[in-house]
Amino acid sequence: MNIFEAMGLAWEALIQNKLRSFLTTLGVIIGVAAVILMIAISAGAEAVIAEQINALGANLVIVTATRGTPGRPPSLVYDDALAISKEVKGLTGVAAEQTVASQVIKWGTVNFETALLGTTPDFAKVRETPLETGRFFTQTDLDRKNKVIILGSKVAKDLFGETNPVDQEVLLGTTRLTVIGVLKPKGKVADTDYDDRVYIPLTVVYQRYLTQAMQLNRVRTIYAQVENKETMDSTLAQIKALLARQHAVPLDKPDFVVQTQQDIIQTQQATTETFRTLLAWVAAVSLLVGGIGIMNIMLVSVTERTREIGVRVSIGARPIDVRMQFLMEAIILSLFGGIVGVTGGVGGAWLFNETGAMRTEIVPWSLALAFASSALVGVFFGFFPANKAANLDPIEALRHE
Amino acid sequence: MNPPETLNGNAVIRIENVRKVYNTGEVELRALDGVNLDVRRGEFVAMMGPSGSGKSTLMNILGALDHPSDGRYFLEDEDVGEMEQEDLADLRNRRIGFIFQSFNLLQRMTALQNVTLPMLYRVENRVGHATREEIAIAALESVGLGDRLYHRPNQLSGGQQQRVAIARALVNRPSLMLADEPTGNLDSKSSEEIMGILQNLNRQGVTIVMVTHEADIAKHARRVVCMRDGKIVSDGRAGAQNCLERKR
Repeated sequence: MNIFEAMGLAWEALIQNKLRSFLTTLGVIIGVAAVILMIAISAGAEAVIAEQINALGANLVIVTATRGTPGRPPSLVYDDALAISKEVKGLTGVAAEQTVASQVIKWGTVNFETALLGTTPDFAKVRETPLETGRFFTQTDLDRKNKVIILGSKVAKDLFGETNPVDQEVLLGTTRLTVIGVLKPKGKVADTDYDDRVYIPLTVVYQRYLTQAMQLNRVRTIYAQVENKETMDSTLAQIKALLARQHAVPLDKPDFVVQTQQDIIQTQQATTETFRTLLAWVAAVSLLVGGIGIMNIMLVSVTERTREIGVRVSIGARPIDVRMQFLMEAIILSLFGGIVGVTGGVGGAWLFNETGAMRTEIVPWSLALAFASSALVGVFFGFFPANKAANLDPIEALRHE
Repeated sequence: MNPPETLNGNAVIRIENVRKVYNTGEVELRALDGVNLDVRRGEFVAMMGPSGSGKSTLMNILGALDHPSDGRYFLEDEDVGEMEQEDLADLRNRRIGFIFQSFNLLQRMTALQNVTLPMLYRVENRVGHATREEIAIAALESVGLGDRLYHRPNQLSGGQQQRVAIARALVNRPSLMLADEPTGNLDSKSSEEIMGILQNLNRQGVTIVMVTHEADIAKHARRVVCMRDGKIVSDGRAGAQNCLERKR
């Protein structure tokens, strides 16, 4: 009996009991799909991180305030940014940023809600947000509280269509602002759509969009761009010392956090690492359970078909023929599970991505890995029942009812 | 090991002092207790005897499904006791055709598929799928089932099922056919048909050894071997009546 004939015999036995065969292979289907999904989700998470890092800009120091307490709001202020810019050496730019609740933007009859960010002139440079057309605001705009606005590419397109937005007047909330520039598309990273937001001078935000006195002058984040990567450590130390002095807090109990891109990368990588390890275990365990399921059913099947085995032996089947037939059944079950599982895993990953539930990236080698492990599961867990069948005593087997 | 001197070229089966002992706890059961038997090429032997006389055990040993505890079995001058698993399988496959009281067809396969099966397990002189089907169809036609090729066993009568089993036993052209109570589950008309087929085969040169406890069936054989308590008590046509009387 050659291998194809063995496959034929196995196939006939399996289609005899379609539902049972399907249920048997379900464990492998889930395991294989889990492996592929797990790898796609990890790859997706990594891609998101890479994009976030790229979106930040290069050689960046990021200063944020620690969470405020009642009566004492987050402590970072615009003056801190000015102080850093003035006193810390080796910086090519410093920008401060404050976010406000999103506002309705209106031009003519078109209007919709968009995110609003108040910032300072260096923002374009340190956060690497180049302009498509027009200009970014200047220190003069900031000092004079000029009512100017820069649009993200999506906002510009939705609001103006084919019209050139520069020098047009828009209404943002209740304030009239003149468009002076439009940014190049930057895309969507994680939950932030860089193209669906607008930028105005920080001072205008304080004047027109923040009403509570307590919030005035506060900033959410300060970005500082370091000229030379090698001096990063000393720059960090300088900024920390300066801010501690400004805020009159001890250095070992700061009310702010100073981070580099490297710190952020490491934190996020640690998170995805844990995530991936966990998912890998889930996938491995479900493949194992799937394999045990196959072995279980194969053992039942050998018992049920004891007499059949006896008949086959009596007409000349060798032990190897019987072993081959049952091993083939297990392998076909696993491979079928592998194929359906790969389809399911790829489909699931695609669906997650399309519906925006989770960013996923299908990794080609994961399909090969999942498929190969399903075949391996079949051989491994099929071997014991197949051996049991091959070693049956023919007379006992023929007497079996 | 050399074959015994007395073995002539015509002997298909030679059994020498074969014993089969089962140890079930304290009791030692002697299913076969020193059996000697020669069957020459072209013979039609009926084996009779009451239940527990050892005839089925002997059949299993002749069919290479079981090993004797002691003694030797030569099939066409070859010592079966010396054979490896693979050779025994080949023996069952090509040199012996086995038919059973309960037919032992595979229920989920058609008559044609059942008959094709022994050719699937053949190791030497293998033939392709198309040829296998041709041979199987010819075998089924020879037992009068040319119009039942695609019926499954549960769609066939007992007599028809046994004829499928005979076709299956024949496809690899064995020189010896072993029949263990082939008519035990059949009505008398079907029994006569089956015996007709077996006699025909015997006339074509196939050696047949058949277990039965029906005198009507045994009379189709030219030689009757009577067993009792694991021993052969008579051998020859005359023994048949004796064997049945003792049984009563």
